[in-house]
Amino acid sequence: MRILGLALRRLAASLPTLLIILVGLFLLLQLAPGDTVDALVAQIGGGDPAMIDELRRFYGLDASAAVQLGNYLWRLVRLDLGFSAIYGKPVATVIIERLPATLLLMSSSLALAFAAGMALGIVAAQRVNRWPDTLISTLGLIFYATPSFWFGLMGIVIFSIHLGWLPPGGFEEIGAGHAGLRRAVDIFWHLLLPTLTLALIFLATYLRIMRAAMLEVMTLDFVRTARAKGLAPTAITVRHVMRNALLPMITLVGLQAGTILGGSVVVESVFALPGLGRLAYESVVQRDLNTLLGIVFVSAVLVIVVNFLVDLAYARLDPRVGAG
Amino acid sequence: MNLSRRDLLRGASALGLAAAMPGIAGAADAPKPGGVLTVHLPTEQRILNPALRASTGVYVITSKIIEALVDLGPDGRPVGVLASEWEATPDGRNVTFKLREGVKWHDGKPFTAADVQFTAMELWKKQLNYGTQLQQHLEAVDTPDPQTAIFRYARPMPLNLLLRALCDLGYIVPRHLYEGTNVLENPANTAPIGTGPFRFVQYERGQFVIAEKNPNYWRQNLPYLDRIVWRFITDKSAATAAVETGQVQISPYNGLSLADLDRLKSDPRFDVSTRGTEANAFNNTLEFNTRRKELSDVRVRRAIAHAIDVDFFIENFLYGQGKPATGPIPSSSTAFYPGGEPPYRFDRKKAEALLDEAGYKRGAGGQRFSLRLVPINNGEDVPLLATFIQQSLGQIGIKVEIVQLDIAGALTTVYRDWNFDIATGWHQYRGDPAVSTTVWYRSGSPKGAPWTNQWGWQSDAVDRLIDDAAAELDPVRRKGLYADWVRAVNDELPVWMVTERQFYDVTSKTVQNDHNIPRWGSSDWRDTWLKS
Repeated sequence: MRILGLALRRLAASLPTLLIILVGLFLLLQLAPGDTVDALVAQIGGGDPAMIDELRRFYGLDASAAVQLGNYLWRLVRLDLGFSAIYGKPVATVIIERLPATLLLMSSSLALAFAAGMALGIVAAQRVNRWPDTLISTLGLIFYATPSFWFGLMGIVIFSIHLGWLPPGGFEEIGAGHAGLRRAVDIFWHLLLPTLTLALIFLATYLRIMRAAMLEVMTLDFVRTARAKGLAPTAITVRHVMRNALLPMITLVGLQAGTILGGSVVVESVFALPGLGRLAYESVVQRDLNTLLGIVFVSAVLVIVVNFLVDLAYARLDPRVGAG
Repeated sequence: MNLSRRDLLRGASALGLAAAMPGIAGAADAPKPGGVLTVHLPTEQRILNPALRASTGVYVITSKIIEALVDLGPDGRPVGVLASEWEATPDGRNVTFKLREGVKWHDGKPFTAADVQFTAMELWKKQLNYGTQLQQHLEAVDTPDPQTAIFRYARPMPLNLLLRALCDLGYIVPRHLYEGTNVLENPANTAPIGTGPFRFVQYERGQFVIAEKNPNYWRQNLPYLDRIVWRFITDKSAATAAVETGQVQISPYNGLSLADLDRLKSDPRFDVSTRGTEANAFNNTLEFNTRRKELSDVRVRRAIAHAIDVDFFIENFLYGQGKPATGPIPSSSTAFYPGGEPPYRFDRKKAEALLDEAGYKRGAGGQRFSLRLVPINNGEDVPLLATFIQQSLGQIGIKVEIVQLDIAGALTTVYRDWNFDIATGWHQYRGDPAVSTTVWYRSGSPKGAPWTNQWGWQSDAVDRLIDDAAAELDPVRRKGLYADWVRAVNDELPVWMVTERQFYDVTSKTVQNDHNIPRWGSSDWRDTWLKS
């Protein structure tokens, strides 16, 4: 019951933020020259004025910006995300179609980055300023500083073109008709390279945070006490240090939840994956206002939900952080 | 060569003559049915109805599923598809199409003249880009019997214009699915039903489209392929990887980067060629806003054309994939090309002299005046040309500022707001100058219509030539009028056609019977097969 109350309070507090984001984005897109019909006509290579006027009427673009915004918000109140101009179907359907690929890619790469970052961070912290630490920190920095498209393309060149081990792109083998486990394995092979590419970028952040948090916690009094009690070093690391060092990591996961749904335009483009990042990017280029606002709306809601879950996780890890 | 090979192959396979004619069977293997052909597409059009959206990105997919009244034959002349024969009355106002018998839609309903009538009146005339222009004087389509459609025009319609235009703007969709619905919202726009050799199976947005063999196709024993898969890969490097690993067999219409096209040319696994794209020529352009005082002087426009070394640009920026244009009608358009030389050859001295003569002498710092250049990004070469123009004009004392916008922004800035001095993009030629080329020069286009004359330039003589040619029924005289027109617009230069180019297709050598007609990428691929 207390959790439900907290959830409702959180939701109420985020409503104004949501409104500001949506209105701001709407106005920003009004400032961009050209509308969705211009983009559409550009894509089909031109058309005559009568057809262009007809399309503008069809998409409701002949109304003033204020009326369009009013219409949009009114639809939103009724939980209707509207109709996508360029996909020709409801925005909700368009987004749901892209969700599985995005969620799978983003959550697996985030999980991988989290796990590997945690492990490497612990190793680095325990051998601080010795060669394993230097090696891990340098690698982390290199991964962080390298653009993801380069990683992706190099991965394709090596593993797909030269070695022929992995497919160079796509979500699954098209039209192969795999089902069940076969299909899962197929998708796994297709997503391996993109997941690794994305994880390498995230990895550096987690590694640095984990290392710093471990080092900090290791100097605290209760760790010294544990050592004085004669506990084994492994037990100290796992039960005492790690548990406390995890709090900043959890915070980071909460913050990055937004990027999960945002997807990664670069990795999705390089690997030809049908994700939300590319959808959002194409919506901007195509001036598809409804789709873009829909993605922002869904992402915002997800961020709110995840942050709420993160708060609950805090309470589990550290009882001093109350759920109140 | 192509004609005979295509026909002989079909004859050989249908009649089982391959064994009896060893000479021919040896020259080319007998077609082998079966297999899946995968095609790369760099952009996603989202609408799969060529009677609603005229664009190569739509044709590449839908021309296999939906058929047109006519298509181009191997020699570039129109041949019948759903229409078996046609005839125009001497006054050019009535065109009668005899339709093929025994053709069925993929859902089993018969194809009749009522479908032609409905598509022409409700889609081509009202909705289809460029179709609305072409069919603006179409009054009615009479259907005296199910196999005859008579197009009645208020003004004379040249038969050679209509037939060439109908290859792109003449696709027929089923009346029984569209009648009484909002055409723009019809679900068949993304799940098409046609009469073609392949049936639509599935469209996953952002990923792929699949079509499978139509077992009841009206041409016996065709098509050969079991399936065609079109994959949307937006990143050009990723697309090249898909081609090199054999994930896709064809990347049409410059789907890969210019550098990769150049590299794959020497790869024995692929055929990189403009063969089969003759009907889709395009130009790099330079548009002048003649409302700007300096540019209203034709000497300044000519000086700018003289200042740009087109050969150097093509050799070093386009990897030699093109040639200098001789005017707005490309040399691949044999029915209309008037011949000639590029009108303004590179001559920096002459350019400087023309500018001096026009009264724009070099001032402080050697500068004459400055211009705002808006690139309209149709392809990766457009920003390259913009930079090249900037540097070339800098050398004759004209400072150029490049305004970077995405394509929707650039179109609005140039064509609706007229907020540019010079612009550069692509002009696409669609088989006949009257379809989408003369609008670049004809006055009277409403403000905001993209790829039309929005240059603040007008010439009565040019307008008259355009109108006369569009209504001239005699093909020889028509060609003559267009030759006069090309001379006139080259002389006045409201738009300069800088280069003349064709699209490059990358095709795996396993693909057979490919690129055997001038608009092959947009044709039905009924006789295409895969060598294993």
